Amino acid sequence: MLVSIEWLSEYVEIEQSSKIISDRLTMSGSHADSIEKYGNKCTGIVVGKILSIEAHPDADKLVVTKVDVGREEPLQIVTGAKNIAEGDVIPLATVGAVLPGNFKIKKGKLRGQVSEGMMCSLEEMGFGDSVIPKEAKEGIFIMDGTYTLGEDIRVALKLNDDVIDFEITNNRPDCLSMIGMARETAATFSTSILVPVAESKQCDGDIHEYLKDVTIEATDLCKRYMARVVKEVKIEPSPIWMQIRLMKAGVRPINNVVDVTNYVMLETGQPLHAFDVEKVGGKEIRVRRARKDETLMTLDGVERKLEENALVIADQTKPIALAGIMGGGNSEISETTTTILIESANFDGKTVRLGAKALGMRTEASNRFEKDLDVEMASYACHRACFLLEELKAGVVVNGVVDAYPVAYQAGTVSMRLNRAAALLGVSIPLVEQLDSLERLGFDATCKGDHIEVQVPSHRGDIKIEADVIEEVGRIYGFHNIESAPLRMEVREGRYSKARIREDHAKEIMRGLGYNEIMTYSFISEKIYDQLRIPKSSPKRQLIRLLNPLGEDFSIMRTTLLGNMMKVVSRNMNHGVKEMAAFELGNVFIPKSIPVTELPTEKMLMVIAEVGEKADFFSFKGSVESLLAGLNVSKVEYEPETADPSFHPGQCARILIDGQEVGRMGQIHPIVAENFDLDQAVFAAELDLQAFHTLAVDKKTYQPLPKYPAITRDLALLVPVALPSKSLEKAMKESGGKLVEATKLFDVYMGAQVPEGWKSLAYSISYRATDRTLTDDEIGKVQNKILQRLEKDFEAKLR
Amino acid sequence: MKEQLMEIQKNGLQSIEASDDLKSLDAIRVQFLGKKGELTQVLRQMGKLPKEERPIIGEVANQVREALTQAIEERKVNLKQLALEKQLLEEQVDVTIDGVQKKVGHHHPLMQVKEELEALFSRMGYDVVEGPEIETVHNNFDALNAPESHPSRDMSDTFYINPELLLRTQTSPVQIRAMKNMEPPIRMVTAGRTFRFDDVDDTHSPMFHQMECLVVGEGVTMANLIDSIETFVHELFGNDIETRFRPHHFPFTEPSAEVDVSCLKCRGEGCEACHYTGWSMELLGCGMVHPKVLENCGIDSEKYTGFAFGMGVDRVTMVKYGIPNIRLLFENDMRFIEQF
Repeated sequence: MLVSIEWLSEYVEIEQSSKIISDRLTMSGSHADSIEKYGNKCTGIVVGKILSIEAHPDADKLVVTKVDVGREEPLQIVTGAKNIAEGDVIPLATVGAVLPGNFKIKKGKLRGQVSEGMMCSLEEMGFGDSVIPKEAKEGIFIMDGTYTLGEDIRVALKLNDDVIDFEITNNRPDCLSMIGMARETAATFSTSILVPVAESKQCDGDIHEYLKDVTIEATDLCKRYMARVVKEVKIEPSPIWMQIRLMKAGVRPINNVVDVTNYVMLETGQPLHAFDVEKVGGKEIRVRRARKDETLMTLDGVERKLEENALVIADQTKPIALAGIMGGGNSEISETTTTILIESANFDGKTVRLGAKALGMRTEASNRFEKDLDVEMASYACHRACFLLEELKAGVVVNGVVDAYPVAYQAGTVSMRLNRAAALLGVSIPLVEQLDSLERLGFDATCKGDHIEVQVPSHRGDIKIEADVIEEVGRIYGFHNIESAPLRMEVREGRYSKARIREDHAKEIMRGLGYNEIMTYSFISEKIYDQLRIPKSSPKRQLIRLLNPLGEDFSIMRTTLLGNMMKVVSRNMNHGVKEMAAFELGNVFIPKSIPVTELPTEKMLMVIAEVGEKADFFSFKGSVESLLAGLNVSKVEYEPETADPSFHPGQCARILIDGQEVGRMGQIHPIVAENFDLDQAVFAAELDLQAFHTLAVDKKTYQPLPKYPAITRDLALLVPVALPSKSLEKAMKESGGKLVEATKLFDVYMGAQVPEGWKSLAYSISYRATDRTLTDDEIGKVQNKILQRLEKDFEAKLR
Repeated sequence: MKEQLMEIQKNGLQSIEASDDLKSLDAIRVQFLGKKGELTQVLRQMGKLPKEERPIIGEVANQVREALTQAIEERKVNLKQLALEKQLLEEQVDVTIDGVQKKVGHHHPLMQVKEELEALFSRMGYDVVEGPEIETVHNNFDALNAPESHPSRDMSDTFYINPELLLRTQTSPVQIRAMKNMEPPIRMVTAGRTFRFDDVDDTHSPMFHQMECLVVGEGVTMANLIDSIETFVHELFGNDIETRFRPHHFPFTEPSAEVDVSCLKCRGEGCEACHYTGWSMELLGCGMVHPKVLENCGIDSEKYTGFAFGMGVDRVTMVKYGIPNIRLLFENDMRFIEQF
């Protein structure tokens, strides 16, 4: 809301500077975004009157003028302007003037003729292109009215003014008006507001000659529809003072009738619309929903098919306006219009909002309607518009109003307990101060012993309960004036869930292992599943879809983190990163049914990936093992997985804890890598962190340190190529019993001296007893037993 | 014989002096003092001496042995010292050459800020809780007192799964869950992913992060809220940072306020970043929990009051590290992440 201080002071007694006004109103709830100082935009422009215009002797497109600026001698001005005539009063930038953009006016010669200044357009006085009247865009600003020649233009046009841009919250549509802001100012500065006159002086005729009736058919979407008629209308530009105020408020002047409706909207917050009465068929207005297949050509010249639930203003037969959004071409005011109907209505906010959005056109009016306006203001605004049209001599106001107002406003009462206000705010505000603030905000407030009873005025629909009133007294007192007080609660540290502690721990381990943390969107493209070669039948393809995604790329809730990770790897490689190691901890979304009827399961997974020269299966597996070990997960087994289409069939393992699969790891299948534009080996794992919460061992107990030495023996075996090493080690431990402390594979060899289809595995076995030093003899027996078992079960041969 | 012994001593001492490593020194020891050494051989001839001369010569022999032994020991210490010095000299490296680094992974900056905030509040007694990303319309809007016609509910503002389920647009539904599940006094902080129908640009992302705190108890006031936020802002940004509470509007709090903090760049002096106001605008939103919200969660709003405040974690991260574009947070470029 753009608030001109000069204009504001017409409604409230205020003498403070714009800086103080903006600061204090900010602290009482109207946040000042910026201040525009029109007085600083230009200097040295004065009122001048064109005395004569003569042709330039040496230039066809220029003229030589004499301009009276109240000095002894008129000034000679050479100009190329076309819209000037002798006798016109214009703004003249004299020598030494400074215009916007630091443009300085100097005495000079134009094609040999002396020019002592420059006639100005509105733009040169600091107005933006979007508010300058269309006809004034190209030329010099011609000032209608009486002025003192030579007077500074800023005084003559009240441009020595600051305009504050206030951010108004959604709950306060009443503040989208000068009167509303005057009320806020009055409460903030403890001063009084002055509401301008709205009674027309001389009315004539009877409204029913022009308008028989207004019927609200859609009573749920329109609370009130008030109309007045003005006849003998002369459409012409509105006076300069009104145009200037409109422009400062960000509204482009059009003509006297439209300008008055806009001016009153800015004053009161109530949007008005003017129809040409003669075009209202049947002298009747109906506020109803659009009918099937109805169309309306709107003021912007577009023929629109109306939605069936759109609210329209119709005459006897057809729609003539989209309620609160835009008028229709069929009832538009034109230069030949002589009688107008002023509409002042109260439409349903949501209907206007959705309607305006559907048409992609939010206007000053729809922006106000959509916030649900003050139903009582409709009447004042309607009268005020008639009063101004009369003042401007734009027409003759017709007697009477038609006011369809089915349910009159009833002021609600809210009571505020004095001790409750103190208890909520943590400060005791003197009673008189509270009453004063409420009165100045327009409430009827009475103290009744231990509470204040408040009659809620119609413009404060946002005040419904006690806390709302407490906020009012609190904000006028100033939140910044409340002395802070420490919270009195039990002293203890906040708790984290066990799951969260484990997640943080997992992240810490991964960082320690050299992996960077990444973070990607929860919604992904379904195409990722094809890129990952996840079959259509996979449970991972049970997908939760958004009803209204931003696009296919963000259309489904992910059930795997692998796709985003691959995209991140790919993007980094494209950016020239040669090697990377990264992880993400994030939720996947598993529907309980398709279509989704209830909240899905959200499961925390971790995805890990590594690319680079040094990356290989076993170094990557080492990272996974370190992570699991760090999380105290024991009994982990890795089983070969040859059928996961996302992974290399020969380099993929299912990760099992206590027989339960908690994830997979391995090299990404080369085709999948290629699908993400990668030609190098990518190693990745996806783990169900949530499963660890039940499977990990949280309790640790001390184990006595060994007293007797361990003795190691090596064992080199020939076994069939396909035999997994872990099954040999498992058998070693089983047959060796408790004397086998550990087994470790230290060499794998295939090639010369090893038969085709066989491989050589070399282990070192560590033996230890808790109560004695083992003898060679004892160890030899055990090692033999192991060897026999391996020969029998696996066709293993000692090398 | 005495002359012989003195000769041995003289030769021995000379050799010891001349030896230049431990190995040759040991050879000298063997040459003079070993079982077949020169001294031993001379002593073997002692039997041939007259009886009265033997003790005299014996003493001389002992003196010679002692002199040589001592000289060897001394020389040994000396040589060891020299060897060590030589070794140290040889092992000298250019310490200005870069080390071979063990790679340590980096935090994502946003996660780091999120975790720091949670840890900070946890130290202040707030329990760290989490909630789902997919929420019910009830928890995300209705229970939070959002008007039925509020624009934020539109499909052009919020992502829906179906008419009852959506991607949470704020972390506030976690408050609803906490109030329904916990008995006052409640102190909780929650942070996480939130979603709004915004196209990606320099300052917007359809997924972003919020953090918020909730306190519910007996006698909790706005003065407590102000104190809690001031304490937090001082902890996070430093004690010289000031706060400014401006009345504002949120459906779920009443009274409500927005909090500006001193511009973090100029620390309140006024600079280009803060448009010379000295303030970083709208860093936090806060207020006293709306009585209807308490009642919606089965909490007696007469007995208990509470406050809530929240902020954008992405915004704080960007302000804290001077990150100019929100896209950087979601692109996961390693060259970006490794800066933090």
